[in-house]
Amino acid sequence: MIEVRVQAGDFDPGVELDRFGSLGAGGIASFTGLVRADGDLVAMTLEHYPAMTERSLRNIADQAAERWPLSGIVVIHRHGRLVPGDRIVFVATASSHRAAALESCAFLIDWLKTDAPFWKREEWADGRHRWVEAKVDDDQARQRWE
Amino acid sequence: MAIEILYFAWVREAVGCDGETISPPETVIVVADLLDWLSARSEAHGRALADRGRLRVAIDQGFAALDAPISGAREIAIFPPVTGG
Repeated sequence: MIEVRVQAGDFDPGVELDRFGSLGAGGIASFTGLVRADGDLVAMTLEHYPAMTERSLRNIADQAAERWPLSGIVVIHRHGRLVPGDRIVFVATASSHRAAALESCAFLIDWLKTDAPFWKREEWADGRHRWVEAKVDDDQARQRWE
Repeated sequence: MAIEILYFAWVREAVGCDGETISPPETVIVVADLLDWLSARSEAHGRALADRGRLRVAIDQGFAALDAPISGAREIAIFPPVTGG
């Protein structure tokens, strides 16, 4: 089971994990990314490239499925305007081996940070706007899987 | 042949529009040629596309390098390095 969703609305990690329970896997790993409460940050708007987004997330999930013995992968990424504490992204992997579940979950989040066409624009309390710059760390995190 | 160009994030803001339909001349062969040709369209284009190290390009929804040929492309998107997740 590979499921990829790109949506404006929120998701419930508990519901997603419960659905995984029925796959009969021995273990489930998950990561939930939130908008960090960063001083005077008011909001963060995620822009994306709709025609490419779902396709790139599916491609990333397919690569994880080729590399690890997984019985399930869920990737959910939100777009639009979000405030600190809001959920942005959710990745979960199910496998009969814990290492496969944990490693593939880390792989997915590292890859989607460098390969999924999303851009974050921050709004600050003093009215400033700023496009978040890509981090060298993110490229390095992705490269460790090559 | 006409190509749909799309801009995202600060590239979109700097160019001043989210996309345009273009018909580049035959001398425009690879992505780098296209960026050069687009840069000459206006001052805003020139500024937005000046720093190639800060730009990424996708041809028909797949990432493409500066030396990738654009022949046959229907949609080319130009944007900053991605920052999702």
